[in-house]
Amino acid sequence: MSAVAEVVTHAKLRIIDLPAGGLIALITLDNGLDHRKPNTFGRAGIEEIGAAIDAALAYDGITAVAITGKPYSFAAGADLTAIGSLTSHDEALAIGRQGHDVFRKLYDSRVPTFAFINGAALGGGLEIALHCHYRTIASDVPAVALPEVFLGLVPGWGGTQLLPRLVGIGNAAKVIIENPLSQNRLLKAPQALKLGIADALFGAADFLEQSLAWAAAIGAGRAAAPRRPLDGTAVWDATLAAAREQVDARVHGTAPAPYRAIDLLALARTADLADGFAAEDKALADLIMSDELRAGLYAFDLVRRRARRPPHAPESTLARQVTKVGVVGAGLMAAQLALLFAQRLEVPVVMTDVDAVRLQAGVDSVRSQIAEQVQRGRYSVDKGNRLAALVTGSVDKSAFADADFVIEAVFEDLPVKTQVFAELEAVVTETCVLATNTSSLSVSDMSEKLAHPERVVGFHFFNPVAVMPLLEIARTEATDETTYATAFAVGQLLNKSCVPVRDAPGFVVNRLLTRLFGEVLRAIDEGADFEVADRALDPLGLPMSALTLVGFTGTAVTLHVAESLAAAYPDRFYVSPNLRRIVAAGKTSILTWVGGEPVVDPEVAALYQRKPGGPAADQILARSLAAVCDEVRRLLADGVVAEVQDVDLCLLTGAGFPFQLGGITPYLDRTGVSESGTGSRFLPPGVASLPA
Amino acid sequence: MQRSVRAVVYVDGVRTPFGKATATGLYAGTRADDLIVKVIRELLRRHPELPPERIDEVAIAATTQTGDQGLTIGRMAALLAGLPASVPGFAIDRMCAGALTAVTSVASAIAIDAYDVAIAGGVEHMGRHPMAEGADLNPRLLAERLVDKSALVMGATAENLHDHYPAITRQRCDEFAAASQQRTKAAYDAGIITPMLVPVATWSADGYGLATRDEPPRPDTTVAALAPLKTPFRPHGQVTAGNSAGRTDGATAALIAAEEVAAELGLPARMRLVGFAFAGVDPELVGQGPIPSTEKALARGGLRIDDIGAIEIHEAFAVQVLAFLDHFGIAADDPRVNPYGGAIAVGHPLAASGVRQLMHLARRFADEPGTRYGLTAMCVGLGMGATVIWENPRYAGAAA
Repeated sequence: MSAVAEVVTHAKLRIIDLPAGGLIALITLDNGLDHRKPNTFGRAGIEEIGAAIDAALAYDGITAVAITGKPYSFAAGADLTAIGSLTSHDEALAIGRQGHDVFRKLYDSRVPTFAFINGAALGGGLEIALHCHYRTIASDVPAVALPEVFLGLVPGWGGTQLLPRLVGIGNAAKVIIENPLSQNRLLKAPQALKLGIADALFGAADFLEQSLAWAAAIGAGRAAAPRRPLDGTAVWDATLAAAREQVDARVHGTAPAPYRAIDLLALARTADLADGFAAEDKALADLIMSDELRAGLYAFDLVRRRARRPPHAPESTLARQVTKVGVVGAGLMAAQLALLFAQRLEVPVVMTDVDAVRLQAGVDSVRSQIAEQVQRGRYSVDKGNRLAALVTGSVDKSAFADADFVIEAVFEDLPVKTQVFAELEAVVTETCVLATNTSSLSVSDMSEKLAHPERVVGFHFFNPVAVMPLLEIARTEATDETTYATAFAVGQLLNKSCVPVRDAPGFVVNRLLTRLFGEVLRAIDEGADFEVADRALDPLGLPMSALTLVGFTGTAVTLHVAESLAAAYPDRFYVSPNLRRIVAAGKTSILTWVGGEPVVDPEVAALYQRKPGGPAADQILARSLAAVCDEVRRLLADGVVAEVQDVDLCLLTGAGFPFQLGGITPYLDRTGVSESGTGSRFLPPGVASLPA
Repeated sequence: MQRSVRAVVYVDGVRTPFGKATATGLYAGTRADDLIVKVIRELLRRHPELPPERIDEVAIAATTQTGDQGLTIGRMAALLAGLPASVPGFAIDRMCAGALTAVTSVASAIAIDAYDVAIAGGVEHMGRHPMAEGADLNPRLLAERLVDKSALVMGATAENLHDHYPAITRQRCDEFAAASQQRTKAAYDAGIITPMLVPVATWSADGYGLATRDEPPRPDTTVAALAPLKTPFRPHGQVTAGNSAGRTDGATAALIAAEEVAAELGLPARMRLVGFAFAGVDPELVGQGPIPSTEKALARGGLRIDDIGAIEIHEAFAVQVLAFLDHFGIAADDPRVNPYGGAIAVGHPLAASGVRQLMHLARRFADEPGTRYGLTAMCVGLGMGATVIWENPRYAGAAA
């Protein structure tokens, strides 16, 4: 076992004689690093905390014990690196037990115990606070959460047993299940106070002083923190039944963690703490020793670290400054792009369209979205005025003469885009970057006739642009380093996860999704039942089924992408004749929504020409996985991305693939698909899976 | 336009415990601006009857206006303290009399009806900002002998004072210094000092602590213990670390208001301003400053020193206190003078000390309704003096 050295969070004990009365033992958690490296808990750190609590309780005349964090960080929970390096169930059990044993000293203390939550309190950090008898929170704390389920774990240091008793089962289910599954939503201080996680909130400017004074007041009976009665069985059961339905709808039974969390919450109403904590220990150990969790930790690392500092990105110092942006087009995508550029870069953004009416509509749409954000309080009126003034329209492309970066978002057609670039080159400066938002056309083909093909990049966003983090930034053989570095700098200013890719049809995400879901469309063509085929990939727990995605993207775009890829790789990419048929008939979706439930549009079904029979669900799943596995190999072989991690990062951030799949390759590895299909794993055991 | 001058009152004052300005001192890991912010917030907490938006000015003094004492510390402190953005602020500097000048500045503005309520105070983190840090002295100062070179070293000016007043001996200074320590201890024991303080959370490598008492006092000091101390400013001199104020970190602030506005808002009026004066002396005799400034303030107020029942004279150096007392014919152990001790014991965070003196005087007014007038006086670097005279609103006529 290659143990990574623990960054020990020390527990520093000081005895404070309060002028208001009382002798408080104050334990400061401090890993000795600055605020960018939050306190975390490992074996040695927890041992220190235990020793500090023992010393505090043994101090003569002590009237209370309080625990707080170093500036800006209370504690961010267990050291994930250590969790990811555990090799046995016993070791994993020991981690849970150690935390329980130490934290419980605060719960069982004969003198009142307090947590002064002065900074982010996540996971085990919040759990140590929950063991205290009282909690105060600073007004500026940005993050309070039990994010374990998001990662593929359960709160294993008391969270599932203590929180529902403290704040009620409804609030506990929200914090332990719902929030982690909603893009890992975090609570801010006022929300934590409102839910009852904290008893009192004090201004950050003198938070610790006021917390100590409040602790003295509690000790003297001059302040109180009311506790709610335990929720009844009916409420408890109904809440958890609703939570289970929510989880089913989201993960379809594919991720074990939320179900284990629900089971633990169910136990919390009646189990005594010892039994509840023992159940937590077991659930935590089971999950720690699961491939799903290891894939989740791998995925977490990709989106937290690799996405922020892509290892194969161009040298950032080469980037040119971008002080004005052009957007060719005024349609839906162009408007989304114009809004994003204005919001993030805060430089003038000019939209152009040959049609003055459509252009005005595009500009108006951006401005009305800004106005809406002002109304919702996201921007001040002045900020709204500033952003709205940044976005203008011009029917004449000469407005781009002083732009540094122009992106086209016109109709997805090679001659049209080639033409646009040629027109742009006539007006822009020699160094202006020309970017295309094409999803499946060849950037090289688009730029080869230009005088300066070296300033062209692919800049592929995902829909909806404001929400999806991924940006595939594609370079051609001709693209120069300065252009590429400028594109990356812009992408990072746009706050996107930028992944460097080599120009190839469909880049990464569209290429993989088209093969994966192409197998579903093919199966339907072969006679499989629509619903059976569409649910065949449910075991993956993807955010959208194949047919839902077709409806979301639109049949025409789906067909166009498939055709482009089939043109490039005719032996692998499937173009459904039925899809052609329904596009020709003007149907934009295969599914239609009746009473909130998706059903196959009967008019679409009528258009479909199908053979009888067709593959069963498990066959469809096997074919889809084999196809995507094959395509990942080819992406790597073709050098479209540098490493397999890029593929996984793209699927996590561009297609919302779940953490427990680790993107896709950890799942292909653990199900044996990669070895049986291509002869080897993508990642060695232990990287995104349990060690061998 | 003609208008009358309004009466100005001191409402309340708060300070941080003072810390030694050393690498291991109380506030070694605490920012200067955080110190003043905690004082301002405590002042507001103690006066919920004062709507924060009624504050018209935040005047904060600092001698070294750079780093965490820089960028217009008054405005910065107001913002950091969470005062409404509509409340303005500014920075002020008259070295040791910074906070006192902040008070006289806002008081003047209140008197002519420019403000209703103001916060005036000072902060000095001498551990982070030693006196004269970053100063770029004009070479003319010495080349043309505009000042003696000793004028720039406060301890040396104190030695000069001994030359000027040969009757003031080291023995007398040490006696006064020991008395200051004992008076401060007695005031602490009597519960007089602690209510003036706002506890301050302190950060250090040992984790968070809480400052609740002044760090500099040495309550066990005796005259005998002071005798062997070295005289760092002159071989065989008379000024020692024991008979002078040490380098100190701390912050203070006071609420100053128009008397009629205090009444309207229900704010207590603890002292009523009579008048003030500043005066200059030879820069190499800094400690002489309070003598002419007090004479001037008394003359302008139509008062004589005998009318003053409570004196808070700054204790930068014992020799400077004795020079003042000798001048006015007051005994060193006169009960009117510094009964709770002074800077020799609690320390002297330069620009903050003036309001600390006001806090002592206000407490004395409350305890001594027979005292009608009191004054606080300070010496100031580069040869100045500052004196403010106050009237006790509780004065109930001469004691029978």
